[in-house]
Formats: sequence, structure tokens, C-alpha cells
Amino acid sequence: MAAYLVRRVLGALVVLLVLSAAVYVIFYALPGNPAQLVCGPKTCQPDQLHRIETELGLDQPIWVQYWHFLVGIVAGRTFSGGPEAIHCAAPCLGYSYQTGEPVTALLLDRLPVSASLVVGGFVIWVLVGVGLGVVSALRRGRALDRIVTTATLAGNSVPVFLVGLLLLILFCVYLQWLPFPGYQPLTASPALWAQNLILPWVSLSVVSAAVYTRLTRTSMLETLAEDHIRTFRAYGLGESRLIRRHALRGALTPLITIGTIDLATSLTGATLTESLFGLPGLGQLLVQSVRNIDLPVVVGVTILAGAVIVVANTLADILYSVADRRVALS
Amino acid sequence: MSTDVLAEEVGAPAPEGGAGGRSVWRTMRRDPAAMAGLVVVALLVLVAIAAPLLTAIEGQDYTSYHDGLLDSARGGVPKGDLGGISAQHWLGVEPKTGRDLFARVVYGARVSLVVAIAATILQLTIGLVIGLAAGLGGRIADAVLSRLTDLVLAFPALIFSIALLGIVPQSFPRPVLLVLVLALFGWAGTARITRGQALTLKTRDYVAAARLAGGRGVRLARREIVPGLAAPVITYAALMVPGNIVAEAGLSFLGVGINPPTPSWGQMLSQATTWFGGDPMYVLIPGVLLFGTVLSFTLVGDGLRTALDPRSTALSTRAE
Repeated sequence: MAAYLVRRVLGALVVLLVLSAAVYVIFYALPGNPAQLVCGPKTCQPDQLHRIETELGLDQPIWVQYWHFLVGIVAGRTFSGGPEAIHCAAPCLGYSYQTGEPVTALLLDRLPVSASLVVGGFVIWVLVGVGLGVVSALRRGRALDRIVTTATLAGNSVPVFLVGLLLLILFCVYLQWLPFPGYQPLTASPALWAQNLILPWVSLSVVSAAVYTRLTRTSMLETLAEDHIRTFRAYGLGESRLIRRHALRGALTPLITIGTIDLATSLTGATLTESLFGLPGLGQLLVQSVRNIDLPVVVGVTILAGAVIVVANTLADILYSVADRRVALS
Repeated sequence: MSTDVLAEEVGAPAPEGGAGGRSVWRTMRRDPAAMAGLVVVALLVLVAIAAPLLTAIEGQDYTSYHDGLLDSARGGVPKGDLGGISAQHWLGVEPKTGRDLFARVVYGARVSLVVAIAATILQLTIGLVIGLAAGLGGRIADAVLSRLTDLVLAFPALIFSIALLGIVPQSFPRPVLLVLVLALFGWAGTARITRGQALTLKTRDYVAAARLAGGRGVRLARREIVPGLAAPVITYAALMVPGNIVAEAGLSFLGVGINPPTPSWGQMLSQATTWFGGDPMYVLIPGVLLFGTVLSFTLVGDGLRTALDPRSTALSTRAE
């Protein structure tokens, strides 16, 4: 087990290195003047431009620049090309000259919002998806199963921002049950936090709920057809106990992997939901930085997104090997 | 190299690829959902092709402003019911600009379909080439290409696409850029399926026979392996098209896709976010079209899968 863990973590580190190098090189070696992109297209002064060039070492080879970036993540970094030195503490993902803040601080600011959105959405889509999937599998071929299966096709086809817009029209304009959502921190008022997030949660979870319903249904049907379930049944084990204790466990194990990775992807990838509802999360930060062409922030969000997914993949593999002893740790 | 792989892979489940076009069609025709999807898809393609003709019949174009049709007292929403639907403007007009909605959604269908289909073709081409090279090209090629595939599959594609689309200069033609970016991250699934199939197929007797008869390299791959890939790859491709439509709409919704004044459904919905209170039709018209298009392609893809994959057919008949 220990050897497996070490190998898996080392592998993840290599992937992270390759991924961050790819992101860094692509964005800083793109046609155009990176100093201009770091500085911002509209507000940039010539002395600022010159300062950025020396501070980021943009006259040096791209690999040297990337090396400084890596060192900054591990040990922090000081930018000292201007009148006063800017210190960027580890883990330093760069400095946003446009906002005058380290990228890491900007990311940490936005993280609670994205986390609030994704965790709530995740709970909804797992509960709805697994629930409908199990019911559908147990009523296989009957009317309910057909309705659920058809609904999953529709749910799978509807873009997030369309669900969100329709929910807004229904609940905020016609029924007027809810005010237009605006983010409230959980620490300020849990009730307002949830009230403002309910529509974003539902919008975010529709597509995933549809996907999980299908996955759970298929997985459940496969498990129910397995020999050990038939044996239990032959021994006279009650149907509800059989399903709760034995079938569900087998059927839901594959969902661990998918769930972990989806949770990680949505943390930075809920861009559309955040944009529509004006939630100041990581996805919205990316869209804003792209609009202002704030290169350090764009690179920071992209690398963070990659890192979160790589970590989640590794965790998912480890969790899976714990949940299902049949998986050889190889 | 071939013999030890041969020995390894013998006994792997053999896919039955050659279902045959006619029997696929027969199965599809009995599937009402897939047929309905097919009809809608065919209609959409026709509408997209005939967009200039249809707007000429209507007598409108997608760029002209019609200030006179807007109610300035209510902030510029269209006058009249249902977003200003009339004999001149079949689906009403846009709020604030008064541009003809019918012309805009019809041209939007063009953008949506062209980008999605072009991206799918490119994704399939890259995926097939990389998958075949990994499956047939020997150990080192397989190791390198499989790692590359895993890396792309684990990539935060949406984030990366937004970043890339935002940073590339606006002078680069946007639809082409969209297709390239979608293709860059969308080939990995096809590559993985192709590799798996190629590994299985190359151990089959008929391929071994072709090899003994002197078949080699690209020619062997093209004549003996590629036909066997058709069923799984077509199934996968049919579901890639709706995925690409949603992706294009999403990127345009975020403002990094198709640039105005070229219309795109995602971009229209993004503008609709400020008007949904006063003019819900502006959300509903592009929204229903987008949803209907994606659903129709998904139904066709689902029907194709059932028709092409004997295992899933067996499953669904057992369910009846």
C-alpha cells in the first residue's frame, strides 16, 4: 500500500509539472508581447512595461522564466524592478500588476464562493442522481423507468445557463418567490447564503444529476445481475435488506471516482453558473481576467484548475482501491 | 513486436463491428425518439443552408436596427406582445437594438452547426490518427501517446479554452479559432476508444492473415483495422456533436466565442441575461432552439448506439 501511494503521488507530481509547464509556455510564448498582456492593454505606462519586463525576466529564455515561476510557488518570490520591491509569499502564483495583488490572494478570495456553489450543487446532483438511478433500476422497464430515462436525455441536453435563465424568469420575475441572487457569505448569515445560492445550485446540478442517474441505473442493473446477489436472494435474504446492504455498495463504488473528479472540475469549472448569477467565484475571476487580459491571473487560475483535477484524480484512485478490495494496487 | 502483443491480447472480447448499414437503419426506424431527432436535425440543416433565402422571404437581415419597434418608455423592450412578433418580424425583434430575431437565430443555427460539425470532424481525425498510432505503433509510441491522451483527458478543458480564446488576438478568425480550441481538447476520447479497438482487432485471425499475406503499415491499418472501428467511433462521434454545440454556446455566452455582429445562440442568451425580466421571449427563442438542437442530436446519437451496439440492443430488449 505504501509503495503504491508513493508511486501514485510521484506520478501526480510529474503530471502537475508537465501541465504547469505547458500552461506557462503556451501563454508566455504566444505571439504578442507578454509584458503588454501582463500590464494590461489599456492602462499601461511605458515605465511600468519596462519594469514588468525586468521583474519577470521576459528577456530571458522561457525555461528560465518558468523556473523562476516554480521557485516562486515553493519558496516565494520578490519582484524588485520598480521603485519599491513587491514581495510575493509562497505559494506565489505570480503578481497581478493590474489589480496590485498577488495572484494567490486573488484566488483565495474567490475560493469560498466557488466552494459554496459546488458543494451545494454536488449534494443535490448526487442525491437526485443516485436516488432516481436506483429507483429506475428497480422499476426497470416500467413506466417510471421510461419517464426517468427520457428525462435524463432532456436533462443532459440543456445548457447550464439556459436552466439558470429559465429558473430566474420563473422564480424571480413571475412567481417573485426569490429576489435576484447576490452572494452572501456563509459566515454572515447561513439562511441568506442558502437562499441566494439555491437557484445556482439547482442550475449547476441538472446536467450532472442526469448523468449520475444514467450511471447509477446501469451500475445498479449490472450489480443486481451478479452471482452473489442471486445467491443472497436464493438464501432468502429480504429484498430491501439485499438492496440496502449489498447491491447499493457494489453499484455505487464506481461513482466514487467520477464524483471526486466532477467535484474538482466544477470547483474551477462552474464558470457559466458563476457568470450568469454574478457569483464572485474562481470561474468569474477567470472570465474577468480574460476580458481585461490580466495574464498572471489567467495563468494562475488555469494552473490551479489543473492542479485540483490532478489531485482529485489521485485521491479518487486511492479511495477506489480502499472501497473496492478487488482492485489490485498495481 | 507483433507476436507478443498477439499472445497477450488473444482472448480479449471481440467486438462485432460489421452491423451493416441496412440493419442499422432498420433498427433506427423502429425507434420513434431517434426518428424524431433525425427529422429535427434534417430540418435544422436545411434551415441553416437556406438561411439567406429564408431571411430574403421574410424581408429582413440580421444587422439592421429597428428603433421604431422598441418601447423607449420601458427601457427599450419590443413593442407589442411576445417580443414584437408580427408579419414582418416572424419571431419579433431584439430588445435595445430592434434587430430581427428570426434572421439572427437562423444565422445562429449556421454558426452553431458549422462550428460543432467542423470541430467533431477535426476531433475524430486527430483521435483516430493518435489512437491508431498508439494501438498499432509499438510499445514506445503506445506509452507516449497513451500518457498524452490521459493528460488531455485530465486537462481543465473549459478553463483552458476560455483562457486561450481570450488571449489570442481578436484579428484571428473566431469560428476557426473555436474549432481549433474545441478540437485541441476534444480528441482524447476518440483516441482512447480507437486504441482499445485497434489492440483488439489486430489480434483477430483475418488481420493476422492479411499480415501474413504481406500487409503492412498504413495500408494494413486502412484496409483491415479502420472498417472495424466504424461502429464504436460513429456511436461516439454522434454524441460529440451535441457536446460541441453546447461548448460553442457556452464559450459564446461567456463572451470569448463568436464575436458580434455575427449571431450565435450562446451570445444571444448572454445578452438576454439583462432582459429576461422585460422580454422573456428573448431568452425563450434562442433557448428553445439550442435545447431542441442538442436534444435532437442526442436522440439520434442514442438511437445509433442502440442500433450499432449489439450488447446494448440485447440489454434494452431484455428490459422490455
